[in-house]
Amino acid sequence: MTPLSPGTPAPDFTLPSTMDRPISLAEYRGRPVVLAFFPATWSPVCEEELALFQEVLPELHELGAELLGISVDNIWSQLAWANQYHFQFPLLSDFHPRGQVARSYGVLREDGVTERALFVIDGEGKIRYCYVSPLRENPGADRVLEVLEDLRAEREAGAH
Amino acid sequence: MADLTEPVTTDDWALGPPDAPVTLVEYADFECPYCRQMGPMLRRLQERGGGRLLLVYRHLPLSAGHPHAMNAAMAAEYAGAHGKFWEMHDLLFAHQEALDIDHLAEYARQLGLDGEEMKQAVETGRFRAAVRHDLVSGVRSGANGTPTIFINGDRYDGPRVEHNLADAIERAAGQPYGEEVETTGYTRSLPPES
Repeated sequence: MTPLSPGTPAPDFTLPSTMDRPISLAEYRGRPVVLAFFPATWSPVCEEELALFQEVLPELHELGAELLGISVDNIWSQLAWANQYHFQFPLLSDFHPRGQVARSYGVLREDGVTERALFVIDGEGKIRYCYVSPLRENPGADRVLEVLEDLRAEREAGAH
Repeated sequence: MADLTEPVTTDDWALGPPDAPVTLVEYADFECPYCRQMGPMLRRLQERGGGRLLLVYRHLPLSAGHPHAMNAAMAAEYAGAHGKFWEMHDLLFAHQEALDIDHLAEYARQLGLDGEEMKQAVETGRFRAAVRHDLVSGVRSGANGTPTIFINGDRYDGPRVEHNLADAIERAAGQPYGEEVETTGYTRSLPPES
């Protein structure tokens, strides 16, 4: 599978979330969204990756962005995991039909879980950044922060 | 990518000569088991280096999985403000399983510091901004977990094993670990808040 590349419109979706309601990508129109596809709840690398992103949530919010985590786990597993680690951003359950959203972004693996993939989607719903990390490697958040800063600079330049 | 974005300054917790040929910056979390292994290893490498290595410690507490890490980092800052950063660093890693606030105060007392004052400093978040500053600089530099190490500004992605690290330091220094040279160890005296 080939991940969707920058410049492509981000496929919309509506998925059950740990926020007790379904979440659609479309509701974030007008501000950037960071989509973090992760292979599995309760796995050490996923925990460390999302723990790292959680630490810079204030910086992401300051840049006007929202963070959404997505995996093929069922919502109960995601809820238990989010409660254990106090994740303060939504986790979305791409459980049924299994991996449908991951497939539409080109990041569903043969083994049935998603790649460890990051997408940044701009306020117009266009993909501006995509990175697929080796499965066992935490990608970190440095590039995402840089891309969000570039988007903010664009918005500011456009406003003048 | 994955280059240290925040240069080392005299505000950093550092051991070794400021003009050492190699600067190693470690971003770490006192509650992280891998950091517990790395801490003493880096201390030995610094001592063995005979003046070749400036060792810098910066905070990267990942609180989601490590609920005591932020408090421990602030306790280390408090100790540092009283000239005992590395002593507290060593104590925290040695007692990683007991980092609740009462134990932190006990470690402060063991170092001859005021445990109650330290507790208050931690509970009021007196050093939170300093810890967060380190954390954000680490994430922006491409830290991807704990510990993350930068050798002369480049992220080190090799094995977390002493001889591999020694090799990487030797390569960066352009010379092998050899005879001892005079080292002028120093730590930063006071944090910006004081």
